[in-house]
Amino acid sequence: MKIIVCVKQVPDTNEVRLDPVTGTLMREGVPSIVNPDDKAGLEAALRLKDQYGAHVTVLSMGPPQADLALRETLAMGADEAVLLTDKAFSGADTWATSSTLASALSDMEYDLIITGRQAIDGDTAQVGPQIAEHLGLVNISYAEDLRVEDDCVVVKRQFEDRYHIIKAKMPCLITALSEMCEPRYMTPGGIFDAYRSREIKTLVRSDLKIDDDNIGLKGSPTRVVKSFTKAVKGKGTVVALDAHDAVDWITDRLQEKFIL
Amino acid sequence: MNKQDYKGVMIVVQQMDNRISGVSYELIGKGKELAEALRTEVTAVLLGYEVESLCAALGKYGADRVLMVDDPALETYMTEPYARAMAAIIERFKPEIVLFGATAIGRDLAPRLSARVHTGLTADCTKLEIDPETRDLMMTRPAFGGNIMATILCSNHRPQMATVRPGVMQRIAPLESVECPVERVRVDGLAEGKNVEILEIVKKENKRQDIQEAKVLVSGGRGMGGPENFSMLEKLADALGGTVSSSRASVDAGWAEKDRQVGQTGKTVRPNLYIACGISGAIQHLAGMEESDVIVAINKDPAAPIFDVADFGVVGDALKILPLLTESIKAIRAEKKGA
Amino acid sequence: MSFALSKEQRMAQQLFRRFAEKEVKPLAQEVDENERFPSETVEKMARFGFLGIPYGKEWEGQGCDTLTYILCVEEMSRFCATTGVIVSAHTSLGCDPIAKYGTPEQKEKYLPDLLSGRKLGAFALTEPGAGTDAAGQQTKAVLDGENYILNGSKIFITNAGQADVYIIFAMTDKSLGTKGISAFIVEKEFPGFSVGKKEKKMGIRGSSTCELIFENCLVPKENMLGKEGKGFGIAMGTLDGGRIGIGAQALGVAQGALDETVAYVKERKQFGKPISAFQNTQFQLAEMQTRIEAARHLVYDAAATKDSGARFSVEAAMAKLYASQTAMEVTTKCVQLHGGYGYMRDYPVERMMRDAKITEIYEGTSEVQLMVVAGALLK
Repeated sequence: MKIIVCVKQVPDTNEVRLDPVTGTLMREGVPSIVNPDDKAGLEAALRLKDQYGAHVTVLSMGPPQADLALRETLAMGADEAVLLTDKAFSGADTWATSSTLASALSDMEYDLIITGRQAIDGDTAQVGPQIAEHLGLVNISYAEDLRVEDDCVVVKRQFEDRYHIIKAKMPCLITALSEMCEPRYMTPGGIFDAYRSREIKTLVRSDLKIDDDNIGLKGSPTRVVKSFTKAVKGKGTVVALDAHDAVDWITDRLQEKFIL
Repeated sequence: MNKQDYKGVMIVVQQMDNRISGVSYELIGKGKELAEALRTEVTAVLLGYEVESLCAALGKYGADRVLMVDDPALETYMTEPYARAMAAIIERFKPEIVLFGATAIGRDLAPRLSARVHTGLTADCTKLEIDPETRDLMMTRPAFGGNIMATILCSNHRPQMATVRPGVMQRIAPLESVECPVERVRVDGLAEGKNVEILEIVKKENKRQDIQEAKVLVSGGRGMGGPENFSMLEKLADALGGTVSSSRASVDAGWAEKDRQVGQTGKTVRPNLYIACGISGAIQHLAGMEESDVIVAINKDPAAPIFDVADFGVVGDALKILPLLTESIKAIRAEKKGA
Repeated sequence: MSFALSKEQRMAQQLFRRFAEKEVKPLAQEVDENERFPSETVEKMARFGFLGIPYGKEWEGQGCDTLTYILCVEEMSRFCATTGVIVSAHTSLGCDPIAKYGTPEQKEKYLPDLLSGRKLGAFALTEPGAGTDAAGQQTKAVLDGENYILNGSKIFITNAGQADVYIIFAMTDKSLGTKGISAFIVEKEFPGFSVGKKEKKMGIRGSSTCELIFENCLVPKENMLGKEGKGFGIAMGTLDGGRIGIGAQALGVAQGALDETVAYVKERKQFGKPISAFQNTQFQLAEMQTRIEAARHLVYDAAATKDSGARFSVEAAMAKLYASQTAMEVTTKCVQLHGGYGYMRDYPVERMMRDAKITEIYEGTSEVQLMVVAGALLK
């Protein structure tokens, strides 16, 4: 069984802070990590490797430093790692990103493609389903659990208030939730191997059969025209009102904040 | 593709078990505003099976018309039949804007569809406006993990697609007598689109949530007076769809379990809403919750340090305020849900 | 000589740091409070290869180097000195003697289980009458047919009661003094071997420290480690490596205490501002971090020297000496900077101060380390 897991190296956005003086984002020194949803997807693949001897390839589109993320996946136990990297791919929105990845995938063999549901920097949850569309594959999103039954996958597909158990024939694509499984740690030996005896295959633009119209900034239907920081949180408002007035005041504030 | 050929604002209505999800009404409300700015109409697209009775409500909340695809293949949400139906609608009716709820369904359907029709999709928008000069939709959304905001355009592709999370936009007050024509749209091949098998549908029952996963926390401190008063916190938490947490003092006093404790020696939480009741706000507690999006504090002592980090602070008796607050919130929610 | 970690070592450090934050930190206070051996952590460490880091894959080790193993001890110790010493005692004191001095049969029999973490190792030299004066071994080993018969006792043995395999030192020929001491590999199941009382300690309270009792304990003669009479040399050689481990433990404790304190002084307000705004606080923090960096260089350098194959006893002694003194100084200052809170058991620094003390004592007291360094200077 051949599994390809798409991963993204992302800044750990939970560790990003706003400069309290200038109000701007402090991007330096923010550690880069393997996106959590993707890592859970990789763990699911590695468990299928443990159970069925599946072959696990990890694919990532990113700048050269995504090498670090791929070494981590090798150290966790992936068999192969491929990095799609080229200046031509930069500035891509989800259409261009998914087109680029799909183009690379179309030259690869797979029974199952696993992506994470969303990346913690973009938070769009779009690339997985879009890759499936480009490749003409069934996609099952929001996978909380995955198992293999002969030539099919059986997935627990999450909704807000319920779940569906869905069966689909391979090849297909699923997007994994980080709740799916707890990713294993790397081993020190795995890390040493990842650096000393494994190669990461690099693919550049010219290795792909894809139009310029579908890659990078030029190939992106959407583009960012402005970005700005949210207001920095300072001390708020304190009131002293009688109980009924206080309640009204609170509910008004909550409605303003779209919490109610 | 000629941009001029595309007109109108479309809302992809979400229904489950033949009940319309609240977010759809919110999007129709916003869609109406956008349509007015564009001098065009807002259309609600309803996909399902035997869903005709739902159409009236869509009109009440602002839809100018409803396009309904009523087909047995659409009884339960499945990606491909829904994508086919919507793709056909887009092809036939050429809307310039299509909005979806950013839900477990919307975030599956919208990307698939945007790739099928080769257009741009912007997720989780918190603001939608029309640029008066270009007629383009200006989509603003959180980026970089929510640490900054970005405004995005889809200038050269149509329809412009966006998803919006529940609770971000507002539904309009229901209109009394409205004309909202319903057009049945037939799309062929939907049954053939069923390419997966749904083996089981399981609805979730309510279980006590991990405080680190809750989006809303109602937290009790020493000011709650005793364990019997914690039920007030639970009722408020239920009304808000959240769960109860507590300060260390309450845990030490045996009023709450250790897994509810927020603070330096408890858990760190970052909910959307943190309501601190009778909590003084010692440094050790603040360290565990000061990253919450919105902090409401209720405490008798005006000098309590919790007020330094609260967005909204009330100097008062939590024991008096909480029951009233719970009733008020329940009433507001019921009003918003009911159609 | 620059101290940049290699890419692999840096990634391994990240691994250890993440593991320590997630698995070790949450248990540290309870482990100390209840004097509980953290078996669940040891099981997880075993699963991910943390108990055989610097040994070859042919023995089910991880195939890394000493420095990587040292990074592991340091990172665990940042949150829990107990966890740090479990790794260090097992690796440097339990596994290293067999890896270095064992016969091919002994290596094959014991290393895979130890390095994979299926079994835990320990080392027993100290006796009631033989601490710093390690040569005064009273435990006797007498050859009787196919076995040695051991009689005597050991005290203050780290990992005792939890370990499966023990490196034991005993006198085979009293007339030869230190040249009459031999080393043995003893399995806990050997008849006549028992674990005595568990000690109640000031610090590293989760570490299992017990007495070992040998009452006509039968040890097969093929379990003698190294040649007869070479035991003292084996003990000293092993302790050289163990010192680097303890240096790493002390380093971790010091850094962990400082990290906690830096966070605390930013939050704690007195006289209208955080106490980090006072220069007195700032200067103390700066001194401490500088001292810790110096300790770090000594510890890492000793590890790198060991890996290069060169003699490293003096480097190891200096590293342990300086790192343990630093740990004691830094943790004491950190408690002070916390004020009253630093004395309360809810805050980790008081435990770190209690934990730091032992690093100046075991595996050779600071005085012993001074003797080693002075000995080298005055040769």
